[in-house]
Amino acid sequence: MTETTTNPTRDTGRINLTVNGEERKVERGTTVAGLLEELDLEPRTVVVERNREIIPRDDYGEVTLRDDDTLELVHFVGGG
Amino acid sequence: MTTSTERAGSGLDDGPLTIGGRDFESRLIVGTGKYPDNETMVEAIRASGSEMVTVAVRRVDLDRSSEEGILHHLDPDEFFLLANTAGCYTAEDAVRYARLARAAGFNEWIKLEVIGDEKTLLPDVQATLEAARILVDEGFKVMAYTNDDLVAALRLEDAGCVSVMPLASPIGSGLGLVNPYYIREIKDRLEVPVIVDAGVGTASDACATMEQGVDGVLMNTAIAAADEPVSMARAMRLGVQAGRLAYLAGRMPRREIAVPSSPVGGMLD
Repeated sequence: MTETTTNPTRDTGRINLTVNGEERKVERGTTVAGLLEELDLEPRTVVVERNREIIPRDDYGEVTLRDDDTLELVHFVGGG
Repeated sequence: MTTSTERAGSGLDDGPLTIGGRDFESRLIVGTGKYPDNETMVEAIRASGSEMVTVAVRRVDLDRSSEEGILHHLDPDEFFLLANTAGCYTAEDAVRYARLARAAGFNEWIKLEVIGDEKTLLPDVQATLEAARILVDEGFKVMAYTNDDLVAALRLEDAGCVSVMPLASPIGSGLGLVNPYYIREIKDRLEVPVIVDAGVGTASDACATMEQGVDGVLMNTAIAAADEPVSMARAMRLGVQAGRLAYLAGRMPRREIAVPSSPVGGMLD
């Protein structure tokens, strides 16, 4: 993909993420904890995988999201 | 000294079900899927007497409230959570789901399930074995869902699984125990607990399964899809207990001729 100065996502300081298969933009500098807060999710019930690597829950506040990160947010649901 | 009532209640000095160094009083393990609502699920699980319950790992639905997560309804202090890898078709996926489940922070146990066929949901035994080896190596306590195949069961035990879980019949089928002979053979040959997982349809199936001498039964749909799940959960609890007790009591031999129960002597002329 070619970056141009007219690309609004680059100019406004927002980064592109793929969260659970959907495109999403967040402010540059957003942490995992920040994203969960934005999504109204409780950090203690959600497991976060970034680019196929699990982020330990204790690190949610420190890990900053990067442009083009692919995130999977999972939790326990009913199952047999 | 024990009274006859105590003996009947305790199942002829039956001990707890010990899996991976952990004791469970109940020999029934239940799933948490497919219930009409969460209140019914919790009530049914309590009625079943189960201590260990299975849960699945899935994406959070970002368009809906986080209330859909099962931990909003099920207290992890009340039940021992056994996460599964249901829906996985490769060893790689199953390992990924298991790691995610462990990162939830409850325990290192996993119900390993690798499906090999969409229509029958029969397990891919080779992929299950491959995943089991990786997970055991990473410190997981693996309870492996598998076919009613003795050799596969032996390999899974060799791989270090804490329990091997052959099916009674296909997942969600409710067909009951289709191969009691193979299940008995697996139980006879393995040292780790054998839990029959999947296929039980009603309480008599649970009872008949336990009568084979296996250590426990795992079920979901039979309870969740009953017209009255809470009543069926109680029936399953009793079925499992009855089957266990009958196994321990030792059934009479089968005969192909009738033998009178009343004295043949003392009849009137």
